[in-house]
Amino acid sequence: MARMKFLCDADRCIECNACVTACKNEHEVPWGINRRRVVTINDGKPGERSVSMACMHCTDAPCQAVCPVDCFLTTADGVVLHSKDLCIGCGYCFYACPFGAPQYPKTGNFGSRGKMDKCTYCAGGPEADNSPEEYAKYGANRLAQGKLPICAEMCSTKALLAGDSEMIATIYKERVLKRGYGSGAWGWKVAYRETIAV
Amino acid sequence: MTDRNSNWRNLALALLGLALITVAQPMQAQTVTPTASAAKEEQLLSTMKQIDGRISIPDQKASVLMQPAGQEWRKVHNTTMFWVGAVSILGMMLALTLFYTIRGRIMIDSGPSDRTILRFNGFERFVHWLTASCFIVLALSGLNVSFGKYLLLPLLGADSFSALSQLAKYAHNFLAFPFIIGLVFMFLVWVKDNIPEGGDLDWLKAGGGLMGKGHHPPAKKFNAGQKIIFWVVIGGGTVLSVTGLMLLFPFTGTVIADMQLGQTVHGILSGLIIAVMMAHIYIGSVGMEGAIDAMNTGEVDLNWAREHHSLWVEEVEAQEREADHKAKSVAAE
Repeated sequence: MARMKFLCDADRCIECNACVTACKNEHEVPWGINRRRVVTINDGKPGERSVSMACMHCTDAPCQAVCPVDCFLTTADGVVLHSKDLCIGCGYCFYACPFGAPQYPKTGNFGSRGKMDKCTYCAGGPEADNSPEEYAKYGANRLAQGKLPICAEMCSTKALLAGDSEMIATIYKERVLKRGYGSGAWGWKVAYRETIAV
Repeated sequence: MTDRNSNWRNLALALLGLALITVAQPMQAQTVTPTASAAKEEQLLSTMKQIDGRISIPDQKASVLMQPAGQEWRKVHNTTMFWVGAVSILGMMLALTLFYTIRGRIMIDSGPSDRTILRFNGFERFVHWLTASCFIVLALSGLNVSFGKYLLLPLLGADSFSALSQLAKYAHNFLAFPFIIGLVFMFLVWVKDNIPEGGDLDWLKAGGGLMGKGHHPPAKKFNAGQKIIFWVVIGGGTVLSVTGLMLLFPFTGTVIADMQLGQTVHGILSGLIIAVMMAHIYIGSVGMEGAIDAMNTGEVDLNWAREHHSLWVEEVEAQEREADHKAKSVAAE
């Protein structure tokens, strides 16, 4: 069984934000919510790097551990999904998430954050695959169609990789060996408690 | 001739320069590694609690790339907060049960009299029950967030438990405001009777007369135990209100680290306060004969008052005598 992960090769990311746009379009993500975002570190200084970040689909996911209504589920592929029917919008997953992935449609409105929304690894939700209900709540289920997440598939520099952990780690290692440098697999240590040793 | 010579010389120099550049370029690529100066995750995390950057979407709080502190919060939430709450509440239940079996209900030693005395007026009772009823709902809905998924979820099933928790969350959020109003009134109405005094130490040394029958240390309107309850409610309630408001208005003058700290303080403190309030509820109802009247009708039995609040009864009686005396002297004139 595959273990699906994201890997952002920051030495390739050109901060074009196409992953952000593609994600919003693919899933018709509501205004104000960005399931994926690109953060630029040391902006304008030597050593500037941009990292595309979304839900990392953690091993032993913190969001799942703190949810008071147990609305999360981790699929056999290691994708962390949640049920918007069960979510009460308490905000705990947001406190626990190291990557700022969970978001709420009404953050400023006290007591009614609304149902949490986050990256689904293009794998929908607990509803029947590719049903209209699933699309309305979570967006497209590309994984069920045999496709990888849209953000990684359309990345112009192939900085953002999605797929089985071992496969994308191998690709990254080959790249680092060939070009002679690599600033590391961002977030892997925190999300998966492992790094890619080259 | 000289012109042509200089032209040739210029061309030769230009070619030489071009050759130098083309030779130098691959040499440069071999010696400079972009990683040497690149931002590195491990280095950034070792110097800072979180990694921030610049973001081009309007949601500026999304510029926090990583905050591993979330995992610390998770640990505190799922272990420290869980166990502090569970142990203090179950411990208090056990302590109260033991106390009840050993000491039994504290009766009025001299038996009920046929006279009563006004202990709390209507406004005092309203303030008490406003705060108390909000507190009970806030406590139960708060406990549901921490313990519901272990206790209620297996009984109710996912859908019903989620619907109940949603209602509980709204109740928790909206009843916070009448609770805060109750706290303010409670402070204003009772603070003058709750200033700690020397007599309180004697009361505490005598154990409040809780264990021995027929022995009641003197006390004014509120004894030392009640004063402790008062300041726990006022002090703890204030901290719970502030931290609660921080969570009600996310990112309003706060960053995620503040909300994590606020939630931790809110959760741990409320577990302790719930345990204290359980003792208060016990002694005010089943634990003591005549105590509930104070907050029910406001009129307490005179013998009860003499035993538990001797100095207060003397004060009230002295005031009444004075009033009587004045009325008589007015009538005589």
